[in-house]
Amino acid sequence: MSDEPNKGLLSPLRRKLLMGMAAVPAITMLPRASFAQAPATSAVNTTGLAVTDTEVTVGILHSATGTMAISETGSIEAEKLAIEQINAMGGVLGRKIKFIQEDGASDWPTFAEKAKKLLVNDKVAAIMGCWTSASRKAVLPVMEQYNGMLYYPTFYEGLEQSKNVIYTGQEATQQILAGLNWIAKEKGAKSFFFIGSDYIWPRTSNKIARKHVENVLKGKVVGEEYYPLGNTQFNSVINKIKLTKPDVIFTDVVGGSNVAFYKQLKAAGIDLSKQALLTISVTEDEIDGIGGENIAGAYACMKYFQSLDNPNNKTFVPAFKKAWGEKTVIGDVTQAAYLGPWLWKLTVEKAGSFDVDKIAAASPGVEFKGAPEGYVRIHENHHLWSKTRVGRAKLDGQFELIYETADLVEPDPFPKGYQ
Amino acid sequence: MFGDYSIGDLGSIFVMQGFAGLILFSVYVLMALGLAIIFGQMGVINMAHGEFMILGAYVTWMTSNVFQSYLPGLFSGYFFLAMILAFVASGALGMLVEWVLIRHLYKRPLDTLLATWGLSLMLQQAYRSVFGAREVGVELPQWMLGSLHVTDSIEVPINGVFVMCLTVLITLSVAYVMYMSRWGRQVRAVVQNRIMAGAVGINTEKVDRYTFGLGCGIAGIAGSAFTMIGSTGPTSGQLYIVDTFLVVVFGGAASLLGTIASAFSISQTQSTLEFFMSGSMAKVLTLLAVVGILMLRPQGLFALKVRK
Repeated sequence: MSDEPNKGLLSPLRRKLLMGMAAVPAITMLPRASFAQAPATSAVNTTGLAVTDTEVTVGILHSATGTMAISETGSIEAEKLAIEQINAMGGVLGRKIKFIQEDGASDWPTFAEKAKKLLVNDKVAAIMGCWTSASRKAVLPVMEQYNGMLYYPTFYEGLEQSKNVIYTGQEATQQILAGLNWIAKEKGAKSFFFIGSDYIWPRTSNKIARKHVENVLKGKVVGEEYYPLGNTQFNSVINKIKLTKPDVIFTDVVGGSNVAFYKQLKAAGIDLSKQALLTISVTEDEIDGIGGENIAGAYACMKYFQSLDNPNNKTFVPAFKKAWGEKTVIGDVTQAAYLGPWLWKLTVEKAGSFDVDKIAAASPGVEFKGAPEGYVRIHENHHLWSKTRVGRAKLDGQFELIYETADLVEPDPFPKGYQ
Repeated sequence: MFGDYSIGDLGSIFVMQGFAGLILFSVYVLMALGLAIIFGQMGVINMAHGEFMILGAYVTWMTSNVFQSYLPGLFSGYFFLAMILAFVASGALGMLVEWVLIRHLYKRPLDTLLATWGLSLMLQQAYRSVFGAREVGVELPQWMLGSLHVTDSIEVPINGVFVMCLTVLITLSVAYVMYMSRWGRQVRAVVQNRIMAGAVGINTEKVDRYTFGLGCGIAGIAGSAFTMIGSTGPTSGQLYIVDTFLVVVFGGAASLLGTIASAFSISQTQSTLEFFMSGSMAKVLTLLAVVGILMLRPQGLFALKVRK
């Protein structure tokens, strides 16, 4: 893989970085000429992490097998790409990043086991990983016990905050509220029908959405339905939707169920160009399986679309395709996973150290100007400030950007009045 | 909950809900038929049934790609060819599996559970390696999308009607083969008493192999048809396996009629309950009802009277 396209984009960053490094006084006492700008290992690693004079090891922990491999493959690809690009620019504090990839196998205890292995045996400096909330909840106690650093990419339900985790996806209020506001204003929507898969993320998201619809938008929720994960028959709920005639169908159905839901919605004659549908769970990745013709016209509310028109994204998308194939698509979570290694690198450089405590303390305020979604910054609560966007699905499986918030939306994992 | 709606509205909703139940019924029958033959007739607990279905779905996906690239003019009809190819591919794989694995286990039916479960894991990983971990989207010809407009408020999904017709066709063919043909008599003879069937000159090995192949082939057709309503990915087969066993066991393992009756009662219960409560609750209540009935009638709805 070549990184020619990235050089132009990142060179100001790199220059700044080198200037920053030049100021590090430790340079004078470096033993090796080839890494003249790298500070001594003893200075940047006081807790025995896997850091040598030339290398630093991080872990990648996702499901490469099992039912979640469908979703997590993109995250693995994005993290590897980011690491490769960082290495091509000279690495972190003069050290190349080496990664150890472990497979969580879509099984939550396995995730915890592998996280422990990465922290205790491999002594990795950080872990990029987890996807479902269940896997993160399984890994969290391990991260806290052994003082690791996890960069978690998925948009999730919030209600969590840890010194040992940086949440690079959006939490629920960030993702949902702006989208609901937009559709209420733009479409004059008053009545909403919620349908989701039956587990914590859709239930929490819908709870937040319901409070917002009822208390802020003064609208009405005419139905709220949950189906077991993997359900493939939605004809009954589609009939209920037809009966209640909501202004907006609000969905957080996940996984294979998504495909069944949209195919049957289309087959039942619900035309998404007339019936407004707002989803918070369908990215470009999912549309690959659903088929563009089945979902064209639906609105999705998240922070990143592959079609975003900004200079960062214009170099990111070709680089990603070059690395992983022309037909690969990039969804919201894939982009958030790409941020993980970069944010870690920038934080390490800000802290001047690989120590987890120093990174946790230095994280708030770290900015990444090269993010494909545009500028992001880490909040005090270890979530990201980011913009929320609404896109409309097109026949070719891409989203057309319809709306974005003017400012970065503040992450609020424990929203008052929404619990 | 009906206070706010007019009689006309309610009427059309009940019609549509009836269709939803019928479609669910067809889906259940279609996915259970193959297993009814393999588990019901042969006693093999085939945990890889879902993976045989997904092989059919992948064959359909490949066929649609070939037609799109080389024969775009004939694209509208590719689905029929895809279903035949799915039958052949899944059937051939089934016969191979029978030869390599299953035939050694007829005397130990419980071990088939472990063997086929292992097989299902291997097949899943094989699909993941060959087709990639992501789901694939099967493009359908235009005429199979959308719905038939009956009245302003009644619309019938075309793919639902298609699945219904297909189910009727395949059920009738299977019934004919099993109960009318000479070969079907041989199958039933082998099932009832393998040793005696061999003694009267039936080639039991051959009958077993073809029966297993037929069951897997029908699973392939079901998988092909389900690309219209569900997802196609390496682990999609897992979505169907529980419901499939439920239908076959509830119906009474050795009876084709039982399978149909059980699919009908489960699907109607489920879709009626789904309308009045949330989908998850409907599923729980349906399963509870099935458990209750099976406790009273462990042999299932219909059972063959065989002297053991």
